[in-house]
Amino acid sequence: MSAGTGVLGARPAAGPRRLRRFILPGYVIAVIAYTLIPIAVMVLYSFNRAPSGRLTFAWNGFTLDYYRHPFDIPDLTSALVHSLEIATLSTLIATALGVPAALALARYRFRGRGLSDLVILADIAAPSVVVGASLLGFFVYLGVPRGFATILIAHVAFNVAFVVVVVQARVKDLDESLVEAAQDLGANPVVAFWRVTFPLIFPGILAAALLAFALSIDDFIITSFVAGQTLTFPLWVYGAVKVGIPPQVFVMGTLIFLTGVAIAIANVIVQRRRPAPTT
Amino acid sequence: MTARVARLRRLAVPYALELPAGAWVVLFFVVPLVAILSVSLMTGNSIDGYTLTWHFDVYPSVVDTYSTQFARSFYYGLASTAIALVVMYPVAYWIAFHGGRHKSTLLLVILLPFFVSFVIRILTWQFILADEGVILGSLKDIGLLPSGFHVLSTPGAVIAGLTYDALPFMALPIYVALENIDRSHIEAAADLYASRRQQFLRVVLPLSAPGIYAGILLVAITNIGDYVSAAILGGPGTLMIGNIIQTQYVQNADYPTASALALILMVALLAGMYLYARAFGTRTIQEYV
Repeated sequence: MSAGTGVLGARPAAGPRRLRRFILPGYVIAVIAYTLIPIAVMVLYSFNRAPSGRLTFAWNGFTLDYYRHPFDIPDLTSALVHSLEIATLSTLIATALGVPAALALARYRFRGRGLSDLVILADIAAPSVVVGASLLGFFVYLGVPRGFATILIAHVAFNVAFVVVVVQARVKDLDESLVEAAQDLGANPVVAFWRVTFPLIFPGILAAALLAFALSIDDFIITSFVAGQTLTFPLWVYGAVKVGIPPQVFVMGTLIFLTGVAIAIANVIVQRRRPAPTT
Repeated sequence: MTARVARLRRLAVPYALELPAGAWVVLFFVVPLVAILSVSLMTGNSIDGYTLTWHFDVYPSVVDTYSTQFARSFYYGLASTAIALVVMYPVAYWIAFHGGRHKSTLLLVILLPFFVSFVIRILTWQFILADEGVILGSLKDIGLLPSGFHVLSTPGAVIAGLTYDALPFMALPIYVALENIDRSHIEAAADLYASRRQQFLRVVLPLSAPGIYAGILLVAITNIGDYVSAAILGGPGTLMIGNIIQTQYVQNADYPTASALALILMVALLAGMYLYARAFGTRTIQEYV
């Protein structure tokens, strides 16, 4: 058989070979094209003229106006600002809470570790409607007014779980002997953490923080329950569906998209600068 | 003495590290989940407030009223999961085995929809599928479709939205599982004269099962509980249980009904997950998220 690299062998056969060389790649390209359609529509309609201020499904001509004035709708802009504030704060808090917990779960054996894993898994897997509904019930029960603070609390509650999982994976790959070596050389646990552990798990923390930020800025369902009168960007867009979408929504969507992709690519480069833990 | 203190301190370390995160998650995730049980058993109205009266009758009553929406949620959720699996498995397979140098680029392209805001992602399908939109409008203009034809507000539109949203979530864990397969297993099968079909069915497919399992779990839970697709792409005849929970809770302030529905959904999903885990394996999705 083909040596080493031959994936699924290299045995030539007319039928499967044609499948492998043309049909399957063609299919993959078609699916990828399909997944990109909504992105194309979003970008396209951000250039569509909307004389009434609301987009219609029909094409009215190309314009750059909405890129010149993306912040012309005060409500929409303030919703976007809320989203950015909540995403930033919830990322910071979730990372600060999640990193120590990830260290505990990855490094120590202790009673209740299994239960912690289970709760974190449930937090990630639980359907958003149930999480949102139960949190709203809880806040109503306690008489807590809904708004910015309750959205922040909810976002930290789901982001913490993702931070723990992502950072934990990185800590598990860490070579424990490096930390022991630092301690043998006289570093106390705190110094050993900041000088050895932290730099080594930093890419994991960064990846976790980026994921948390993205999840927060994108969250709709849980937020829709606990928001009260405060609007975030997704909530504002959802509310505008019935009355018509201003082109600025797609302008902001496009800008968020481009920023996200740029950060993702930068993150890949940062993660690559360090040797891969496995293989 | 000091040794004992040191030992105690070491025992306390993991708890101290975990406490802040644990407290937050318990207080704002676990406790509310338990608390909705008591909220669901209250009676009253949104103006005078609700009191706990252990009103268990709410359960048979909401099941009776909303059984259609429950059934519909599972139908839409599972149908979109199945379609996403069938569509994405070959894509994940091709990237993992034939992606070559372009693997990470292809993966990034598959994940691009993630960078579009969730609500906008669904909303664009409203633009695409609209009666006067680019596709249907043009087809109607040239007479290929009757003018009364529409896609929005049909179950098909809702399932299409749910499926679209599921594609990257389904592809990622399957890709990871395929990528982790030790290539020598496949070579061994080939050396033992397994045909390509057998190599796939007896080696690749079983070894990618954990990824399939994780993908199905992630997507099915999300989609069964979704209400955004149905709200934006559907109509009155396509309401899912998420729509009912949302309306009852946020608009009607009927907390007991909404809590009971949320709890039933949660229990139904947990039961489903348990049976599914018993039937197909016990790997957690944790290693794939």
